[in-house]
Amino acid sequence: MLGKGVVGGGGGTKAPKPSFVSYVRPEEIHTNEKEVTEKEVTLHLLPGEQLLCEASTVLKYVQEDSCQRGIYGKLVCTDFKIAFLGDDESALDNDETQFKNKVIGENDITLHCVDQIYGVFDEKKKTLFGQLKKYPEKLIIHCKDLRVFHFCLRYTKEEEVKRIVSGIIHHTQAPKLLKRLFLFSYAAAARNSTATHPKNHTVMFETLQDWCWELERTKGNMKYKAVRVNEGYQVSERLPEYFVVPTPLPEEDVPRFQGHGIPMWCWSCHNGCALLKMSALPKEQDDAVLQVQKSFLDGVYKTIHRPPYEIVKTEDLSSSFLSLQDIQTAHSKFKQLFLIDNSTEFWDTDIKWFSLLESSSWLDIIRRCLKKAIEITECLEAQNMNVLLLEENASDLCCLISSLVQVMMDPHCRTRVGFQSLVQKEWIMGGHCFLDRCNHLRQSDKEEHQRQLSLPLTQSKSSPKRGFFREETDHLIKNLLGKRISKLINSSDELQDNFREFYDSWHSKPTDYHGLLLPHIEGPEIKVWAQRYLRWIPEAQILGGGRVATMSKLLEMMEEVQSLQEKIDERHHGQVALQAEASSLLRASARLSSLFPFALLQRHSSKPVLPTSGWKALGDEEDLAKREDESVDLGDL
Amino acid sequence: MVQESVLNTNNFKKTSRDGVNWDLSEAVPRLPGETHVADKEVIYICPFNGPIKGRVYITNYRLYLRSLETDSALILDVPLGVISRIEKMGGATSRGENSYGLDITCKDMRNLRFALKQEGHSRRDMFEILTRHAFPLAHSLPIFAFLNEEKFNVDGWMVYNPVEEYRRQGLPNHHWRITFINKCYELCDTYPSLLVVPYRASDEDLRRVATFRSRNRIPVLSWIHPENKTVIVRCSQPLVGMSGKRNKDDEKYLDVIRETNRQISKLTIYDARPNVNAVANKATGGGYESDDAYHNAELFFLDIHNIHVMRESLKKVKDIVYPNVEESHWLSSLESTHWLEHIKLVLTGAIQVADKVSSGKSSVLVHCSDGWDRTAQLTSLAMLMLDSFYRSIEGFEILVQKEWISFGHKFASRIGHGDKNHADADRSPIFLQFIDCVWQMSKQFPTAFEFNEQFLITILDHLYSCRFGTFLYNCESARERQKVTERTVSLWSLINSNKDRFKNPFYTKEINRVLYPVASMRHLELWVNYYIRWNPRIKQQQPNPVEQRYLELLALRDEYIKRLEELQLANSAKLSDPSTSPSSPSQMMPHVQTHF
Repeated sequence: MLGKGVVGGGGGTKAPKPSFVSYVRPEEIHTNEKEVTEKEVTLHLLPGEQLLCEASTVLKYVQEDSCQRGIYGKLVCTDFKIAFLGDDESALDNDETQFKNKVIGENDITLHCVDQIYGVFDEKKKTLFGQLKKYPEKLIIHCKDLRVFHFCLRYTKEEEVKRIVSGIIHHTQAPKLLKRLFLFSYAAAARNSTATHPKNHTVMFETLQDWCWELERTKGNMKYKAVRVNEGYQVSERLPEYFVVPTPLPEEDVPRFQGHGIPMWCWSCHNGCALLKMSALPKEQDDAVLQVQKSFLDGVYKTIHRPPYEIVKTEDLSSSFLSLQDIQTAHSKFKQLFLIDNSTEFWDTDIKWFSLLESSSWLDIIRRCLKKAIEITECLEAQNMNVLLLEENASDLCCLISSLVQVMMDPHCRTRVGFQSLVQKEWIMGGHCFLDRCNHLRQSDKEEHQRQLSLPLTQSKSSPKRGFFREETDHLIKNLLGKRISKLINSSDELQDNFREFYDSWHSKPTDYHGLLLPHIEGPEIKVWAQRYLRWIPEAQILGGGRVATMSKLLEMMEEVQSLQEKIDERHHGQVALQAEASSLLRASARLSSLFPFALLQRHSSKPVLPTSGWKALGDEEDLAKREDESVDLGDL
Repeated sequence: MVQESVLNTNNFKKTSRDGVNWDLSEAVPRLPGETHVADKEVIYICPFNGPIKGRVYITNYRLYLRSLETDSALILDVPLGVISRIEKMGGATSRGENSYGLDITCKDMRNLRFALKQEGHSRRDMFEILTRHAFPLAHSLPIFAFLNEEKFNVDGWMVYNPVEEYRRQGLPNHHWRITFINKCYELCDTYPSLLVVPYRASDEDLRRVATFRSRNRIPVLSWIHPENKTVIVRCSQPLVGMSGKRNKDDEKYLDVIRETNRQISKLTIYDARPNVNAVANKATGGGYESDDAYHNAELFFLDIHNIHVMRESLKKVKDIVYPNVEESHWLSSLESTHWLEHIKLVLTGAIQVADKVSSGKSSVLVHCSDGWDRTAQLTSLAMLMLDSFYRSIEGFEILVQKEWISFGHKFASRIGHGDKNHADADRSPIFLQFIDCVWQMSKQFPTAFEFNEQFLITILDHLYSCRFGTFLYNCESARERQKVTERTVSLWSLINSNKDRFKNPFYTKEINRVLYPVASMRHLELWVNYYIRWNPRIKQQQPNPVEQRYLELLALRDEYIKRLEELQLANSAKLSDPSTSPSSPSQMMPHVQTHF
């Protein structure tokens, strides 16, 4: 066993007053065993992973009931992750550990998951970067998945502190060469084990056949064809080797502008209308070149716009929708709301939670994305129009909107395999620049603004309501009016009416979960995806509550029905019914927290969490607050 | 059902009706005892779908409107009890279309507007009829509950029997006795006749304590912990006044309460008010228990604001949700109403009470000023957290009946049943706030409550409707004088005779599990299905998909159990007759299709 420093203890025997200090002072730490014998907790290394540096006698803080517990252990840094090796997991029982991540442990932080590193010097928190002159007493790591780690280095040898801190800073902040990314050494070392999944149904869209299947599945093969013109990336490295274009489009048009200006097929609706995307032609000043471009585009448009049989509507996402900058700015504000260092900070921000949330604009962005996707759905479904999404490189907002539309319209995309295939088709093959957007190579902060694009997509999947989504989009009304007013001054109202009618009429009918699904986009319906964003905050856990409580009841009932089914089958075959041992997947549901299974139970006792900050000023109601409840005088005095 | 028929005013379903000539007597639902008063053709100005021509029927219980337009099936069914205010809009010189008529403000978060013809006094007539029947008290008319002749197969008045409820809690015991000192309400006219007090306090002691507590509302037991025997005691503020008066009997009495569970720790007093208000109350003779006088007590203020603040807060909620939901700045608008902040403080206070008692650290005494608003919220919510019995349908009815109705929450004043004075400062949504807190808890613990959202909404609808006697009058003594239980029907009769409608399918009975909701804004939500239910765009799915799936599985399970029993019978028959061949199981039943 490792030396376990317990401050305040668990359960009911705690310090008389809850302490809200963020850091445990050394004199408050009572070690069970004085000698801090660090029994070697083995570091689990992946194939190809190498240990780079380590430090012993590091104290990791665990927030518990507004007290903090410290656990001694070893902090290590490999070329893949930062890991804390301590004996913290003994508290978790089997029910919970069933859902552990097999690659990344509870105390592991992959290098690419590190968002910000802070050092604490004399109780002051400072961002750490580059070469350090002075080494901190505490290290606070904010992760991109919103975990917050506190490591105390006070008991660690000085040279070990230097090594681990500078090691972590270097390996999480210095620019990286692509070939140095861990996945390459992992893939080299683990090559043989990758092909052991015989039945992987996810369509990778790496072959012509995959695209043909997708065309067939959506019955798009009448009007669209898969082409091999980019085989060996002869036309463009940006494009996948195989893709789908309108049947009448001559293949030799594709290389004209390296694939720009070509409508690429995304998906076909049951009525034959298609969702397409196109990267814009390069901006030109020269009139002659512009003339060439115009006639080229006219030719291309004729392949998808042949009134009255086929009409195309062009949606220019570069000019009439959110900018990548908007999304990035909102996300950095938004994530800050969840990177909470301690209980005091949690309750201090609680009182102005809604305005903080609003000022991040994140939920508004989610809503606008959903609204745009509903609009496009309306064109495809109700107006029988092809929709062409246009964007500079067709690899950011195009991916986002086109995959949202497909999730709404195509029930296949709401299955696990279908969703994985969708991500593969629209995001991976669609050429979304994950490397830049996630800044995996730590290039510099300039690129940062382009990051979190794929997040709106994942967030919108959050809620099981209406199948998957609930998070939603509004400013669009204004946005649309503003943008279109120059061109279509008369039809903007009409457009809004069409949208309203479509949306209202869908919501007034009973829902078919295997058909079209439209999320609600009204203000009160757009909520924070609590299970994801609040998952590491102990104060926000509802013990034995939350949506998981109903979900586990549902699973239990399924188990029961299945076992009854088996019993009936056995009866029919005249066998003696075996006492079906229920798999007890979620037996102890009362003990699960609302954040299960995204985060394991962090609060070990059943003490309630109590807000610590009080009341905000009432403003104009101050005089009312002073009044007495009853207008009459008090009784017998 | 009141709320149901109104919820059905889904105007997007433009179902055309063939039979245009309805039989009048069939057109309007009528309760036994309900009588037709008038009917009139009006234009209903629907805030969501524009003006709709309809015929309005007014009875002594409700206002009922049916659309006369073929493409709209709109129905309004509003008990007159929900009406808070009737105003005339537009004058003789009004020009605009539909600008002349009536604007009716309701207690349930909506307004109704009717446009009427200017000629023939039709507005004056409708105004007078509505005023007369919506505000019967001002016209010496009886409240409808006294005219209602509905019959149910269960009697809701039998649900709460204080002796039985105290017996369930294990009372009386060695330390607590039941006293009949208030049998004829002579000790305290706003308390119930039956009280539980410390065994060691004599009736004479109680009388002396009563002189020092506002309106004689002495500390009495609300709930006792079955194991550690700590108690929740409720009362009103002590009459300390500016001079800082003391009362030895009161001090001794609190010490007796402290000692009942043989704890050496201090008695915890939770004063629901903000500190400043408690101090200010001294000016009118009230105050709080000072450290000097009560050595063995520790006092905490819970910072819950008064009834006026709550009333204004709810008004602001209405402003942002009716008729249109504030879209562009929904979150900051919601925050500026402070409604959820108040909910947070009430819940936080109740959690503290529950935690203190559950941990066995000390008994708790709760009061505010008079001990009938915030005190009722705190004790009943803490009891709901501590005692799973109150989370069942009947248990919750008992909780409301006990902590609210019998202990004199002033329903008549807070709601203003049948009273025309809409601006009365006594009105306040304290009970609604309590139900909202219960809803927040049920949202956080979706398997812990036997009842569903519909149950809570039904209670709120009949809080105003005046169809039942349950919430009428301010206290037990007044109810007894009016013979409410003999002359009216109880709301619990309606609910208990059709319990299935109000059941939560996920309910899992767990004894002795304390529920602590998380009182953080991150988890508190505006109760959309109540506050924004009139807006057809916001209407949420009923039932929700997870619930629907669960109900399907439940039905499947029951079917399988039946099959299995049949098979068992068949098998035992087969043993005696081996020629019987079993049918294929796959032909008999669908296999489970649910995937996760």
